Amino acid sequence: MAIALERAAGRPPAMVFHRETELPRGTDLVVLAGGFSYGDYLRCGAMAARSPIMRAVGEFAAKGGHILGVCNGFQILCEAGLLPGALLRNASLRFLAMDCHLRVERAGTPFTGRWQKGAVFKSVMAHGDGNYFADTETLDRLEGEGLVAFRYCDAGGEATPEANLNGSARNIAGILSPNLRILGLMPHPENYVDPLMGGTDGLPLFESLVDALAAAPA
Amino acid sequence: MTNDATPQPLPAERAKQLAAEFGLTSEEYDRVLAILGGRTPSLTELGIFSVMWSEHCSYKSSRVWLRELPTKAPWVIQGPGENAGVIDIGDGLAAVFKMESHNHPSFIEPYQGAATGVGGILRDVFTMGARPIANLNALRFGDLKLPLTRRILDGVVRGIGGYGNCVGVPTVGGEVNFHPAYNGNPLVNAMTVGIAPADRIFYARATGVGNPVVYVGSKTGRDGIHGATMASAEFSSDSEEKRPTVQIGDPFTEKLLIEACLELMATDAIVAIQDMGAAGLTSSSVEMAGKGGMGIELDLDAVPQREEGMSAYEMMLSESQERMLMILRPGAEAEAERIFRKWELDFAVIGRLTDTGRIRIRHKGVVEADIPLAPLESQAPLYRRPTAETPKLPVLDPATVPDPVGIEEALLRLIGSPDLCSRRWIWDQYDSAVGGQTVRRPGTADAAIVKIEGRRRALALTTDCTPRYCAADPEEGGKQAVAEAWRNITATGATPLAITDNMNFGNPEKPEIMGQFVGCIRGMAAACTALDFPVVSGNVSLYNETEGRAILPTPAVGGVGVIEDAARVVGIALVPGCDLVLIGETRGHLGQSLWLREIAGREEGAPPPVDLAAERRNGDFVRARILAGQVRACHDVSDGGLLVAVAEMALAGDIGASLDPPPSGIPAHAFWFGEDQGRYVLAVEDGPALLAAAAAAGVPAARIGRAGASSGPDRALVLPGGRSISIVRLREAHEGFLPALMEGR
Repeated sequence: MAIALERAAGRPPAMVFHRETELPRGTDLVVLAGGFSYGDYLRCGAMAARSPIMRAVGEFAAKGGHILGVCNGFQILCEAGLLPGALLRNASLRFLAMDCHLRVERAGTPFTGRWQKGAVFKSVMAHGDGNYFADTETLDRLEGEGLVAFRYCDAGGEATPEANLNGSARNIAGILSPNLRILGLMPHPENYVDPLMGGTDGLPLFESLVDALAAAPA
Repeated sequence: MTNDATPQPLPAERAKQLAAEFGLTSEEYDRVLAILGGRTPSLTELGIFSVMWSEHCSYKSSRVWLRELPTKAPWVIQGPGENAGVIDIGDGLAAVFKMESHNHPSFIEPYQGAATGVGGILRDVFTMGARPIANLNALRFGDLKLPLTRRILDGVVRGIGGYGNCVGVPTVGGEVNFHPAYNGNPLVNAMTVGIAPADRIFYARATGVGNPVVYVGSKTGRDGIHGATMASAEFSSDSEEKRPTVQIGDPFTEKLLIEACLELMATDAIVAIQDMGAAGLTSSSVEMAGKGGMGIELDLDAVPQREEGMSAYEMMLSESQERMLMILRPGAEAEAERIFRKWELDFAVIGRLTDTGRIRIRHKGVVEADIPLAPLESQAPLYRRPTAETPKLPVLDPATVPDPVGIEEALLRLIGSPDLCSRRWIWDQYDSAVGGQTVRRPGTADAAIVKIEGRRRALALTTDCTPRYCAADPEEGGKQAVAEAWRNITATGATPLAITDNMNFGNPEKPEIMGQFVGCIRGMAAACTALDFPVVSGNVSLYNETEGRAILPTPAVGGVGVIEDAARVVGIALVPGCDLVLIGETRGHLGQSLWLREIAGREEGAPPPVDLAAERRNGDFVRARILAGQVRACHDVSDGGLLVAVAEMALAGDIGASLDPPPSGIPAHAFWFGEDQGRYVLAVEDGPALLAAAAAAGVPAARIGRAGASSGPDRALVLPGGRSISIVRLREAHEGFLPALMEGR
């Protein structure tokens, strides 16, 4: 993730330890990267959501800060109440590590500015608990307010049951906060930012963020 | 308490009886008594002797033969004898790697057995100062028709993924075979590769009288007590009862331990460091002090303990996971403690180095063990056990083996058979991309390619062995295992540098098993020498038998190569419009081939011979063409023969190919499915130019066909004579097998 951020932004991100209580001065984007915080013991993201730094992240969100949560980061955002719903065990009850395709459902956000609505891009999933779940009312609200960012689809862009590898509700792969400043998604766009590593399909997400943050008032 | 206090001896009869239970022979027990000056050992001392002299820790049956393996080359920084091997990969960097078995625990408790196997090998690598960048594995299971085999396969795959995925190291490659000989003894061999600055390698040699002995990581519990002894005995029907000897893994603690150790290693605090693997606190303290010619004093009251009331014996023999032992520079304790506390890990000074040459262990004010270290090592048993050579088998004349089903049917059956079907179901459960440096993921090239972060340079990694060849002719099989690893690295364009070996065999007390071991070593040594591919680390696992039935001899080889520019790597995916050129000589060798086993129902004949001079010449030619940019795809020809290799290339590229008629003089099925060694299939844009270059280099080469033009729905493998097999049908056979078996879909 740090490599992808540096590639898009031209400078490395600051790393913040979980026990710290303040974000670095001038933070314009908080990224909660993937990676089995606390070993995924208890419940994925549950303990990390209560780590000391998360109070500062919550305050940052309340002030309208931009936050990206990928994989375990998405799980932490849900556990912290910054995004609705939960990530359950994959429907197959197996860890899934494979390529998947995502369809952009909401363009024009800080995370999706470089894509058109309906664009399809390749990403990598690597999780045991990525099966997005929320009650029907919440799902309807997310859909109604245009807060579904990405859906699992096939290479042609159809959101089929077969393409929904982890069994997520309505093929949902990523969701946005109502102010469009927080995105959580399960697949890893940061794993496709270099042609050598199989392609640059994930790069537009980071470039979109750079565009949006450059335009945003400091 | 006085300094000359001696440990409380066991009653003599009880000691003798326990020694036998702990796996010491009566001759070995007499040696213990002699070392102790005639004194009967305490329980703790007896435990220490028995684990240090177990096959697992002492290599007592294998050591005399392992010396025959070549271990030197200009690029070797550290050969066998340390926690892992170290080689120079250029750019001021070193690759640190090793493969290690966790066979016995994985049979008893597949998930934890495999998971802790991954954890243990990771520690062997980061102990030396390297950040782990890739995991691989070599797995062998029994007959897939048995529910037990499927349960073990499922548990092992989940365990490898569960640990590797969580710790954040990509699992990038491996191999799997199935054979009834592994029904009661699956093999789980795990390999880790790490990267370190070439001038910042950490070793296990303790020095400096008075230097503190420091324990870090997890607390010690009662798990895994006598695991090393368990791993040094055959299984019987009561092996289920041995489940308490299996350790439980905690990959999150391991991740913290990696970060804490690497952070401390950036300072100058560490004198020596070793992980607590098999035989835990015993082997780490004895080996570190022994290597430095020191003495060591431990106070077990200071050991962080997970359970109450643990005895000295239990603490010394526990194999609780995620623990390390370090010797620090005097005065470095506070800085080291700060780092380990930051990562929320236990840290305790549990002793000092001494000049006594003895290990002296106190617990609750009582001396529990007092053993001279030099004889513990120098008088450790060493056996040159009787060997019986495996009888040579006749070379099978292909003309005497009729083709019962035809080429098309044979290909479809082979490519959907247990040993050749797609491993996608397995690798889809392993995170192979975490870390963002995996250039070639499983199934896309003959070796996994992992780049060094921030550089162009990349490593090529593979694991290989063909046990059925080793069973038929241990020496040729040993050669082939090394040659295939060398070939797989070569086929990506990388230069092979060194190997780690994991020798899995049956009971060494049986001459025919020892004969297999010695034969494999000789073949491997010959191949390592001919290919400049030395052994830098390894592990031996013997007694892989259940109720007297041994596994196939399985010397698994883990190979490491380097390529200066990762962008030059080629994979196996066929590229439209390319000529297909076969490099190497084809005689149609069907003996011990998968075709013979799966199609003709016979497991017989001599295995294919490995001509090491031809191997070297062919491989060096192929690598030079790849690095010159003249090759679009390359795949070595191994299990299943030429047609299987072409089919795998077509599947990877998702395009078809049309094949030329085979040369006369070889039966068609022998040409397409024979397993002659030293061969590669290359996809090149200019076939005639490549053939001319091969002729000039004296390398056998022949055009065998042409890749299809596109990936339309009618893409197919077109056999000579016009019959064709659609790629869709091939894929169903290839990729459908394991999911159907394991998931019922």
